[in-house]
Amino acid sequence: MGKSFSYLIEILTKYFLGFWAVFTGLLFPFVVFLILLYESKLAIQNFGLINFLMSTKWDPVRESFGALPMIVGTLISTFIAILLAAPISIGIAIFITELAPSWLKGIFTTAIELLAAIPSIIYGMWGFLVFAKYMREDIEPALQKIFSPFPILSQLFSGNPTGIDVLTTSVVLSIMIIPFMSSVVKDAFNLVPSVMKESAYGLGATKWEVVKDVVIPYTASGIAGGLILSTGRALGETMAVTFLAGNVPQIPKSLLEPFTTITVALANQFTEADTPLYLSSLFYLSLFLFVISFGVLILAKLMILRIEKRWKK
Amino acid sequence: MEDKKVEIEVKNLNFYYGKDLALKNISMKVYHNKVTALIGPSGCGKTTFLRCLNRMHDLYVGNRYEGEIIFEGKNILDKNIDLIELRSKIGMVFQKPTPFPMSIFDNVAYGLKLKEIKGSELKDRVEAALKDAALWDEVKDRLKESAFSLSGGQQQRLCIARAIAVEPKVLLFDEPTSALDPISTAKIEDLIVELKKKITIVIVTHNMQQAARTSDYTAFMYLGELIEVGPTEKIFTNPDKKLTEDYITGRFG
Repeated sequence: MGKSFSYLIEILTKYFLGFWAVFTGLLFPFVVFLILLYESKLAIQNFGLINFLMSTKWDPVRESFGALPMIVGTLISTFIAILLAAPISIGIAIFITELAPSWLKGIFTTAIELLAAIPSIIYGMWGFLVFAKYMREDIEPALQKIFSPFPILSQLFSGNPTGIDVLTTSVVLSIMIIPFMSSVVKDAFNLVPSVMKESAYGLGATKWEVVKDVVIPYTASGIAGGLILSTGRALGETMAVTFLAGNVPQIPKSLLEPFTTITVALANQFTEADTPLYLSSLFYLSLFLFVISFGVLILAKLMILRIEKRWKK
Repeated sequence: MEDKKVEIEVKNLNFYYGKDLALKNISMKVYHNKVTALIGPSGCGKTTFLRCLNRMHDLYVGNRYEGEIIFEGKNILDKNIDLIELRSKIGMVFQKPTPFPMSIFDNVAYGLKLKEIKGSELKDRVEAALKDAALWDEVKDRLKESAFSLSGGQQQRLCIARAIAVEPKVLLFDEPTSALDPISTAKIEDLIVELKKKITIVIVTHNMQQAARTSDYTAFMYLGELIEVGPTEKIFTNPDKKLTEDYITGRFG
């Protein structure tokens, strides 16, 4: 009897956990996708895919909606944020795991975890009330001065520094994701077996050489994973970006122009959407965010698999 | 014994992990181009002792040495010893194979590149090291492949090739065959006997037969102390201490 009872428990556990795994992992995202698709039906019928995707005009008064400025804004701000955050995060992870004395390690690790716990609206308020002023008065004019001799770079920093623009948004976004990214990368570094490092030290390698030749290549897939997860966060970030983007539906011609992202458009306009087509267009927009996030995650997974295949047969 | 040139002389070595005394007053000699085996039950300090010889313990906080280890006329426990230079003269091979995440060639070339050896000399020395490690014939057509594509035994010989490529004076083996099958083990043992023509070897092993087969000298350790050291033949047939005899004959351990 005892045996059949434990067998029953095992079966029940298996199906219970299996149900939740299928529900949260497969069913739930699929249902969300279907709902978004259903709600955006009207917009899809009106604009189709190509028109909605390629049109730069977002005009609620004339009910003419195009998603390109939001999509471009989302991708650009995320890309720059990752570009700024990645080297700093990897540097922090190297410092904590390999260089810091042991008493500092604990302090730094806790401090970074605390930073990751700050709600994003606080980053947004700080960015808007404090940081944007420094960007407008000091940093952006300085960047313009530095890059003015170079043809393409001067274009990137042209325009009137306002502090409410692509650059400020990206910088604050990168500050927001650095704690998360560095803690993921740090965890990956800690997985390197100590004998691997000792083997390199045993050949007469310095600390820097061990990090460069053993730790980083060994954890390449972990680092890539950390970058990707952070990209997902930056793509979906709403509150901080809403404060700083300026909410102008245009494709920015320089980093110092105001812009908008999908999340900003959604946050600002949902309460204003007074016609069915307007509302449906916003749902259509969110469908794109869903697909982009999903696409980035899949791309990331493929990249990690490729790196792993190269070294771990 | 004809020539008994001393390579390393350990004098009154104490070693502490934090406050714990792990090695107690160890004094012994390691002879030039001979194989010295360290045996003893788990936790007796043989690996700890081995890792003193190239100061691997310095990578971790709170470890402390007392006494002297004389190598090339200098006490390597001195504060101002260049650890990078020391470790390129006293190499190490670990329990499990530790190939780096790079190609077979780059693994062997790694230590040489650190010494800024390039071009045809680099190629020649990688080839020589792989030949000395009895691996060349198996990998010569696939030098660009990942080191992870090799079998466990091949990976361990690759690690040996990597260690001997930098031409160390001494090579420390920490239970090098504990993760390998009998055939790979036999190959590594043959290799160790072959390598001692050029290199002084210290090997930690749990395998009594391995110590008997490969070594010229054997040291028996117990609870952090060196109980007895001498020619392998004598230790295995006619040890001075009762404790050694009990361990060798399998009465404890």
